Amino acid sequence: MTKQQANWSPYDNNGGSCVAIAGADYCVIAADTRMSTGYSILTREYSKICKLADKSVMASSGFQADVKALQKHLAARHLIYQHQHNKQMSCPAMAQLLSNTLYYKRFFPYYAFNVLGGLDSEGKGCVYTYDAVGSYERVGYSAQGSGSTLIMPFLDNQLKSPSPLLLPAQDAVTPLSELEAVDLVKTVFASATERDIYTGDKLEIVILNADGIRHEYMELRKD
Amino acid sequence: MGIRAILSSHLPNGQFGRHSLCLAAVGREHKKLPTLYFDIYRFSKQFPPLLLSIFGLSASDLCSFSFLFNLSLKIMKLDTSGLESAASLFGASSELFDGFATAPSFELPVTNDFDGFQKEAIQMVKPAKGTTTLAFIFKEGVMVAADSRASMGGYISSQSVKKIIEINPYMLGTMAGGAADCQFWHRNLGIKCRLHELANKRRISVTGASKLLANILYSYRGMGLSVGTMIAGWDETGPGLYYVDSEGGRLKGTRFSVGSGSPYAYGVLDSGYRYDLSIEEAAELARRAIYHATFRDGASGGVASVYYVGPNGWKKLSGDDVGELHYKYYPVMPSTVEQEMVEVSGA
Repeated sequence: MTKQQANWSPYDNNGGSCVAIAGADYCVIAADTRMSTGYSILTREYSKICKLADKSVMASSGFQADVKALQKHLAARHLIYQHQHNKQMSCPAMAQLLSNTLYYKRFFPYYAFNVLGGLDSEGKGCVYTYDAVGSYERVGYSAQGSGSTLIMPFLDNQLKSPSPLLLPAQDAVTPLSELEAVDLVKTVFASATERDIYTGDKLEIVILNADGIRHEYMELRKD
Repeated sequence: MGIRAILSSHLPNGQFGRHSLCLAAVGREHKKLPTLYFDIYRFSKQFPPLLLSIFGLSASDLCSFSFLFNLSLKIMKLDTSGLESAASLFGASSELFDGFATAPSFELPVTNDFDGFQKEAIQMVKPAKGTTTLAFIFKEGVMVAADSRASMGGYISSQSVKKIIEINPYMLGTMAGGAADCQFWHRNLGIKCRLHELANKRRISVTGASKLLANILYSYRGMGLSVGTMIAGWDETGPGLYYVDSEGGRLKGTRFSVGSGSPYAYGVLDSGYRYDLSIEEAAELARRAIYHATFRDGASGGVASVYYVGPNGWKKLSGDDVGELHYKYYPVMPSTVEQEMVEVSGA
């Protein structure tokens, strides 16, 4: 007698792409706003970006229910931290917290592909990129989600920064200015929208710098 | 005869109603209160067979679950000492923390096919892995080297992963296999080593540290962790090198290479190895071995890092891009042109 396989999966993929770029004194985090399931679009206006702390912003693609649960968990932990330490969490600390939170669900993973952007304690931009079970790395730029394989090679070409592992060490942040970086992000998403069915509708950009947070929006193709 | 007990259990999603089970169990040995044991991982042969009949909302479900197994409502015991946070040790106050700062156990999915679920989940999330790492003991200490590529399936997710993890100033761990698994458990090992120092007023030995890690990994054996690591360090007995993996193995040795590129690295390492190498010679041997592995193995690449562990702790000796190493070892020679083709002018 053949064993019947479960035909219900606890996971679903809602698609979308996220990008983050770190600069000398700014950080740009961007994501599209399309939420899909299979070949259907559930909504054109869903934000994948979440501000976790003053200097940390996370963008996640994958299964949005898991993403929502993850955001809630991190927000709660951040609140506890603020009560205990009387200050906001720094971006590197939030990065490690996110890694541990993801790993605690190692045997039932959050289906979330995250990219965390922010300013470190010196005011320099930092971007951390994750896999679904919590392995993370500080990088100069990163893309995650359904369009990541289209976007990353382009970012490598434009922004390729020397590896932080080289000795003597070389700086990993991009030499671009803030406006150039925002422009690059818009270009990148316009291209990804052309070739990835799950990316499109609208682009939400968050720019973090010493003056605070700024939002920008751009329309993308809706087909 | 036996006690007939009926238990109906619903799986977490309402949509799953079709799969709700009503279990009727008949057993010859029984306790006063009917208890049903569900063993997620193994079918135990110790209890007398329970006949299980299921009637769900559709007849096809009946056929699917007609095998014999024991049901247990106990949660499987895992060694969660690795996850205890410091807060609980100092009796940190308040209900705020329960469920947060003390996270004593890993959540497990509710499924009757744990292995299948893990296989599918890992296929789907494709955590980063693939590598070449090596370490060897020689006269002056321990030399440790690794590449820096992480792949997710066939996609290179990063060319700059730190695979040599600094556990403390005199001990290094290497990462091979699942990146998240290695990062998390090495960080955890670092915490335990520090606690050992504080509790015992002396540094932990390499033997002790590798044993701590091996015991943790052994307790998670069979659950899908993928860790192939080497613990290299210098303690009171001199240089130490251990290989520890997620199958529960722990080996003491003088030369190891771990990862998809390890066969290539072994070839170069074994043929060039002598116990009485100098530090520069040993570093060059390690660098070449990693370079050759990255040359032939698709899952290895990026930057070849070389670390040295001596009596004063570890020191990073070099980090070279393997593409540049290639042209350094095999420079392009301008070839002599024997016949030169000249452009024909006009008609």
